[in-house]
Amino acid sequence: MKNCEYQQIDPRALSVLPSSAQNHTEKKAQRPRRKWEVFPGKNRFFCDGRIILARQNGVLPLTLSLIIVTCGLFFAFDCPFLVKHLTVFIPVIGGVLFVFVVLSLLRTSFTDPGILPRATPDEAADVEKQIDTSGSSTYRPPPRTKEILINQQVVKLKYCFTCKTFRPPRTSHCSLCDNCVERFDHHCPWVGNCVGKRNYRFFYSFIISLSFLTSFIFGCVITHITLRTQAGKTIVQAIQESPARYPFLELVVCFFSIWSILGLSGFHTYLVASNLTTNEDIKGSWSSKRGAEDSGNPYTYNSIITNCCATLCGPMPPSLIDRRGFLPHDEAIPAVSASEIELPPFTAKNDAHMVG
Amino acid sequence: MAETHSLQDLQQPAVSSKVFVQRDYSSGTICKFQTKFPSELESRLDKQQFEETIQTLNNLYAEAEKLGGKSYFEGCLACLTAYTIFLCMETHYEKVLKKIARYIKDQNEKIYAPRGLLLTDPIERGLRVVEITIFEDRSIGSGR
Repeated sequence: MKNCEYQQIDPRALSVLPSSAQNHTEKKAQRPRRKWEVFPGKNRFFCDGRIILARQNGVLPLTLSLIIVTCGLFFAFDCPFLVKHLTVFIPVIGGVLFVFVVLSLLRTSFTDPGILPRATPDEAADVEKQIDTSGSSTYRPPPRTKEILINQQVVKLKYCFTCKTFRPPRTSHCSLCDNCVERFDHHCPWVGNCVGKRNYRFFYSFIISLSFLTSFIFGCVITHITLRTQAGKTIVQAIQESPARYPFLELVVCFFSIWSILGLSGFHTYLVASNLTTNEDIKGSWSSKRGAEDSGNPYTYNSIITNCCATLCGPMPPSLIDRRGFLPHDEAIPAVSASEIELPPFTAKNDAHMVG
Repeated sequence: MAETHSLQDLQQPAVSSKVFVQRDYSSGTICKFQTKFPSELESRLDKQQFEETIQTLNNLYAEAEKLGGKSYFEGCLACLTAYTIFLCMETHYEKVLKKIARYIKDQNEKIYAPRGLLLTDPIERGLRVVEITIFEDRSIGSGR
């Protein structure tokens, strides 16, 4: 190795991998743990970190059962009649919609909504240092904010005491999940997860397809009962005759859900078109009532089509929390001279963890 | 392959401090880092080199997040397949992230490691900061 003024750091010397540990005496010999096992937020993980859910997901089973049961009744009782009297496409369309709804729902529930990992101790210390140097007193100061300019508009960034970082714009801390979520929309109990940057498009396709599904089932059931009454019977007779009151049950479920689902779809379509989140809309962050000169939404592209495309068809951002990565070994294993040992190529990942 | 080494050779270079390059939100929520040169690096690195590294990173992230025909096509295709296509296909963003990881590794090997610095890939820090670790200046006579 050549002499240099600075200690030439051979990147390979800094990488610490489980395989190289066998060369050294180790205090512990446990299986390597994955990061999801020590995740600080209130989330639950399944399939070894592949699936993430909020801890409180009590209503998700209800949502799923309502959808499955209603569709089951539809296929069992309405379809045979309608196929005979109308067309065979009825169950086909119903089936496609049902599959789409369930897949979107599961995708929304099991996807990381855009959780921001908490700051490392070094980062937190750096931020604290910067705040202190701006003249605050030694006791815990009032909520810290930082003002920045986004597209020539003043936006306040708040400091999150749990995650120990200044929240990026449009990020909010969900108290139910105890995580900061990027482009936080809302925490949806029906879906059992937060809706944020990464799963908003799944959520939107879920509610849109569910609107179509409920309207479709509602229409089919009405048609079914109407066709039966046309044969000269009253509605009551028709309901009593058809394999039970099940179509009536579907009618009730669909009737009540249609109003709420259609309303929600309409609301979210408006949000998508104006590039807003539910959180911002509720707080009135960008409403003109605030009185500031230019308090329009700084994130909008000023075109409905571009807003829709950006929100729904934009690039899919990656998950920032690396659920399935392995935790680093706690002790800093001294590196034997790297030139004598074949180490795998340099990976920055392990270095950062080791020195942090 | 065993050889005796002096204690100094066995020691890890000690971390002197860390510098964090924060995000620049002036253009919105896209991933962009500030190009302001941190004062702690003055003794180790050229301002121009630092700016070039950060600017290249910013350009790469902009490429990942670009809204254009390709990303719309990917989004629409995903929607039509009920998003199941993400299970088998790597997204454009992920491809660019790999490119970024290679670039950072390359920069570390060529520019930063010889100066006793280490760049950490921002994805390791949730795309919040670019962490630059400054190692102690240990000018020892013989190398390995």
